[in-house]
Amino acid sequence: MDFKLTPEEEAFRDEVRAFVKEHLSEDARKDPNFIGNWLKAVREKRWVGFNWPEEYGGGGGGIMEQVILKEEMSKAGAPPLGTSMMGLQWVGPAIIEYGTEEQKKKFLPDILDSAYQWCTGYSEPGSGSDLASLQCRAVRDGDEYVVNGQKIWTSGAAYSKWIILLTRTDFEVEDRHKGITCLLVEMDSPGVEVRPIKNMAGSSHFAEVFFEDVRVPVENRLGEEGQGWGVTISALAHERSGISEVAGLISQHHQLVELAKRTQKDGKPASEHPGIRARLARADAIIEGMRLNGQRFLTKQLKGEKLSSETSINKLHRAFLAVELGDLALEIQGSASQYAESTNGADGAGGEDEGRWVNGALGWPAVVIGGGTPNIQRNIIAERILGLPKD
Amino acid sequence: MNFGLTEEQEVLKTVARRFIEEQTPMTAVREIMESPTGFDEKLWGAMADLGWQGLIVDEAHGGAGLGWVDLVVLLEETGRGLLPSPLISTAVAAAAISEFGTDAQKKRYLPSLADGSAIGTLALLEGNTSPGAESIGLEGKADGAGYRLSGTKRFVHDAGVATLFVVPFRAGGDIKLGLVEANAEGVTARGFATMDQTKRMGDVAFDNTRVAEDAILAGDGSAALARILDLAAVAVTAEMVGAMERDLEITNEYAKDRIQFGRPIGQYQAVKHPLAEMYVDIETSRSLLYFAAWCTQEEPASLPLAAARAKAYASEAFTRIGIDGIQLHGAIGFTAEYDIQLYLKRSKWALPAFGDADYHYARVASLGGY
Repeated sequence: MDFKLTPEEEAFRDEVRAFVKEHLSEDARKDPNFIGNWLKAVREKRWVGFNWPEEYGGGGGGIMEQVILKEEMSKAGAPPLGTSMMGLQWVGPAIIEYGTEEQKKKFLPDILDSAYQWCTGYSEPGSGSDLASLQCRAVRDGDEYVVNGQKIWTSGAAYSKWIILLTRTDFEVEDRHKGITCLLVEMDSPGVEVRPIKNMAGSSHFAEVFFEDVRVPVENRLGEEGQGWGVTISALAHERSGISEVAGLISQHHQLVELAKRTQKDGKPASEHPGIRARLARADAIIEGMRLNGQRFLTKQLKGEKLSSETSINKLHRAFLAVELGDLALEIQGSASQYAESTNGADGAGGEDEGRWVNGALGWPAVVIGGGTPNIQRNIIAERILGLPKD
Repeated sequence: MNFGLTEEQEVLKTVARRFIEEQTPMTAVREIMESPTGFDEKLWGAMADLGWQGLIVDEAHGGAGLGWVDLVVLLEETGRGLLPSPLISTAVAAAAISEFGTDAQKKRYLPSLADGSAIGTLALLEGNTSPGAESIGLEGKADGAGYRLSGTKRFVHDAGVATLFVVPFRAGGDIKLGLVEANAEGVTARGFATMDQTKRMGDVAFDNTRVAEDAILAGDGSAALARILDLAAVAVTAEMVGAMERDLEITNEYAKDRIQFGRPIGQYQAVKHPLAEMYVDIETSRSLLYFAAWCTQEEPASLPLAAARAKAYASEAFTRIGIDGIQLHGAIGFTAEYDIQLYLKRSKWALPAFGDADYHYARVASLGGY
């Protein structure tokens, strides 16, 4: 057991620290093109797609260095390494694993450059947690597939150029997982229609997407016909590894502690109320538990073993914290939390913090439900790890 | 970065599990716990033959010279089997003397603690208080080159069988840690029946008992006590993790075997989900535990926060698991005959031992700067 970094890893960490210090300095932030400069600089370092193959513009780096990079970036409150979030998080990795040479050359450099956005077409009105029941139909017609059907809860659909789409190509096959095929579809193809859905926090990040006789060239199929389920599982697994999230949680927790210290509640700082202290401390212990769980998973990966269902552990903690941290902000602020905008607190209550935490309190479902609800994660643990019989 | 056990630690784990399964199956545990003292001298001797009492004592003083991660590996196993013995108490006393004792004290006490001929324990609490220096009221009256103690230490683990007490007391503004032998003049120790019969506790009364200057541990007593309490919290958490894991195993097996409404109850999500939560709680407790164990020697400055997080989280986890273990069994779960109830009792013992969840979460907050 050894939690220390090797000298090489320490040197890399110092390099990252020096880099963020320079590129996130006050002067750097004053530049009107701050984000543009930042994206260019991290791209030049080949830190975007850190572990992607070098031949397609990735960094070719190792797992441990990748974790260090993500931790240091998050600690420094750095902006993301690109704006094509889904592209970087799971479309790219899925293309690396399943894509043809042409697809890799065509898509990976654009994703690394955040040239445009990707969205994910998995869920359908009748297929949520039971994703494999999906009905969006793709029929082969010569060198094309013809797609008809509907997707829903598609985050970012309104401003995405491409969608990674799960379709059913075989309605007869007995194992329904085997009739699914993954297609990469341009959103401006004739027959694609996007209707945004407003969420309860008032924003429209997700949408319904309709497909009517949309023609997709066969060369845009990712993986073989009928292999789409495997592509999805691999993509979701990337989403579940979770290590990068922990550093973000640490900084979120830190902000909550600061909020509690500067917010007066019943005549004293909220941070002096035992109930709030206990909840903050419990959240702290869970976040640290997640960090250490992540290091156990990482140890497995470094030994060359594949991660499987155990990553659902952190997914469950993450779901709890998404709700808990938002609610803690409410409890700290009391009634001042109810204003959806800052009133600059004429009475001294809330003040600059008013309205800032609404998204925290109402934005959690995206984290809790996206990528598998908590109860689905519990099923995964119970059936795949504890060996309990399937329903 | 390596969050795994060494080959030697894997061997220690395997040997310990086999020994406990063979020597103290639950029938034997029940025999020991129902005996008047709850202590089995033969078992204690066999454990000493395996070097368990002296695991963290250095080789020069008759121990195996291993570290806290090794001890935690062992304690996970003793916790798993609900092994009734004063092992944690003795290990904590040995750690106190190893880290803060004078050469003469080490020579006098460590070999006998390591070979099992002595049983040590920390005699700290005096009432319903949290385990810290601030709650100590016992005042040592100066007596030449030493002190005299009059008063009672309560809820002392393994008080009835211990031969050596590590006794924190006040001397003016300072905290001192005295080493008091059970047969010293004016010492009366009495064990009580406890809710968890596998974990005995009792009161130790001192009546003008002399603690010579050379029987006081060296250095700042407050700092030493804080460190000893962190180590004790880690030791207890280790037994908790082992016990929680076994609780889940027993309950999981039952959920697979028990048929209701024509199918195994483990097929229902209402049963599956709490079992999955138990797994999440156990694995997360274990991660926090092993990091704390690693900190004890590799990063001592991080130990207080790491130990507080581990004991706090595990205390809440074991409380839930103890209850769910019974509930998922239904009526059979709270029969005396069925073993799962013994794990519930262990969870009740573990909750306040060396600080409950409230206490340790309050520490997490203070140590975190809020």
